[in-house]
Amino acid sequence: MLHPPAGEEGAILITGICGRLGKRLARVLHRQRLVIGVDRRAFPDKPKDVIHQQVDIRRKKLKDVFRAHAISAVVHLGIMHNPRASSGEHHAWNVAGFAKLLEYVAHFRIGKLIVLSSANVYGPQPENPQFLSEEAPLLGGANFGEIRDLIEVDMLAQSFFWKHPETDTVILRPVHILGSVRNAPSNFLRLPTIPTLLGYDPMVQVIHERDVVEAIRLAVRPGVRGVFNIAGPDPLPLSRIIKLLDRPSIPVPYSVGRSVLKRLWSLRLTNFPAPELDHIRHVCMVDDRRAREILGFRAKQSIADTVRAVDSDR
Amino acid sequence: MDVPANNEQASSALVRIGSAARAAWPWARRVREAAGETLDSWMSSLLGEDFAERLQRVPVSLGSSGVDPFGLDPGWTKYALASAAFLHRRYFRTDVYGANQVPTGRVLLIANHSGQIPIDGAIIGATMFMDVEPPRFVRAMVEKWSQSIPFVSTLFPRVGQVVGVPENARRLLEQGEALLVFPEGARGISKTFDRRYQLTDFGLGFMRLAIETKTPIIPIAVIGGEEQYISVGNLDTVAKLLRMPSFPVIPQFLLPGGQLPLPTKYRVYFGEPMHFTGDHDDDDAVIEEKVWLVKATIQSMLNRGIKARRSVFW
Repeated sequence: MLHPPAGEEGAILITGICGRLGKRLARVLHRQRLVIGVDRRAFPDKPKDVIHQQVDIRRKKLKDVFRAHAISAVVHLGIMHNPRASSGEHHAWNVAGFAKLLEYVAHFRIGKLIVLSSANVYGPQPENPQFLSEEAPLLGGANFGEIRDLIEVDMLAQSFFWKHPETDTVILRPVHILGSVRNAPSNFLRLPTIPTLLGYDPMVQVIHERDVVEAIRLAVRPGVRGVFNIAGPDPLPLSRIIKLLDRPSIPVPYSVGRSVLKRLWSLRLTNFPAPELDHIRHVCMVDDRRAREILGFRAKQSIADTVRAVDSDR
Repeated sequence: MDVPANNEQASSALVRIGSAARAAWPWARRVREAAGETLDSWMSSLLGEDFAERLQRVPVSLGSSGVDPFGLDPGWTKYALASAAFLHRRYFRTDVYGANQVPTGRVLLIANHSGQIPIDGAIIGATMFMDVEPPRFVRAMVEKWSQSIPFVSTLFPRVGQVVGVPENARRLLEQGEALLVFPEGARGISKTFDRRYQLTDFGLGFMRLAIETKTPIIPIAVIGGEEQYISVGNLDTVAKLLRMPSFPVIPQFLLPGGQLPLPTKYRVYFGEPMHFTGDHDDDDAVIEEKVWLVKATIQSMLNRGIKARRSVFW
């Protein structure tokens, strides 16, 4: 099968299509071109013209998908970030699975690869500059082992970028994605009473899932390549974001918060591992100038709509 | 993303605390509002009507959210400036010389550092607001470790202080801000009494920054800070234990009321703008020469100021 260059024609392969973000992306893209989804989960209410293959990306069957369709772009969303899963399983899925995917992208000479990383790879630290550029070191794993996989995926994608100039590789590093997605920041803002850390109120960047989909859509265009930080509306202090939700919050001293969270975690009463507390303690903000200039990306959702999107369940 | 729904017990506990917080909320708000009104009337009676008028005229670049991207919040800054203005006008009865030499637009304020706690920064901030035309907010570069102290890590950004890394400084200067740098850093502030008004080694970062961004440098000499707390020595081992830059020995702390700084008279001298050109990436030796020029200017301003004063207290 000859694979067409990245452009308007040719199919687009989305891994992890059954996540909330993947579904949203599929609904936006399927009107313009053929969308092929790969995910081991089911996709019950998929649009009719989307082809969904219930394949584990670590399996050989993935190769058949590449063989059967004229794919011009691959969007990799299929990163498992379930802090409960064992690190071995995590690693096998995220890193080994992604390496397999890269192998096929290279073998079939796919014109475009988009990897959804995260601004969390930089990690929240007291010594961070207010705005981290794409060249900043990826220190997210220093205190927070669970994110090391994601950093590894980001690095694999970067080396693929250099080794395979024939593929336009794009790495997107969006800030905290809010919306119907089930990720830590959205789950945190969905709590009935939001705990904060006494004496800490860092500036926070958030982005609406719809804007992330828009950024991916822009990145699919031919010629775009490189690493891009993706930021949403203007940053706000965490306290102001909580105020937008009109929900009570209680400040907890850091040492108490950490030990309580550790206990709750061991009793399986929470989904937040203790090191995540650093996100509501220190800044981890990104400079998105490159995305504005090269991608032409600008978040459309207002800060109020972005924050309140955590309560919409669509 | 898989999220097991098992945090109900924890969240119901949070709801209970949350409803208690909500019951106390109107009461707390009334107290806060009353305190705010008293504070506002105290401010205008103490600092004069021109304080509010000057506040209106300060050039600031706020985002759509009403907060500057570094976290400066005019609501907080008002009170911080009022307290600084109180210290400036009433407590330390500051004399200001040469304030008309401060240019509009971006500028690097380079000053000597003294006094065990950074009151000198507050005084320079108040001077730039009360005595310079048009009034300016000063953005100071602070130590990274301040970001890991609760409350301080919130207060500093709200009143315009920024973590001292080059990326932040460059960005602020591009915004046209007045940036305050103490090139002596922590070594300068914790001088013992026998070494008062003797400049310690200057860092080179500010000079590279000034050349790179073509920013004029205003040398500033602050006199009065060294006598506010008299330090007779430093306990390095204790400092290392507490992870502080220094641990000064200040006998006046043992006296009743000695915790307050002595009400010395402050004198602030602004020098003529200095312009530097060349390659900001030059060898340290080349940059050092230029830094030496600034240091020598400040040292001679200090020497002249000390010779001119008749008393430490008036």
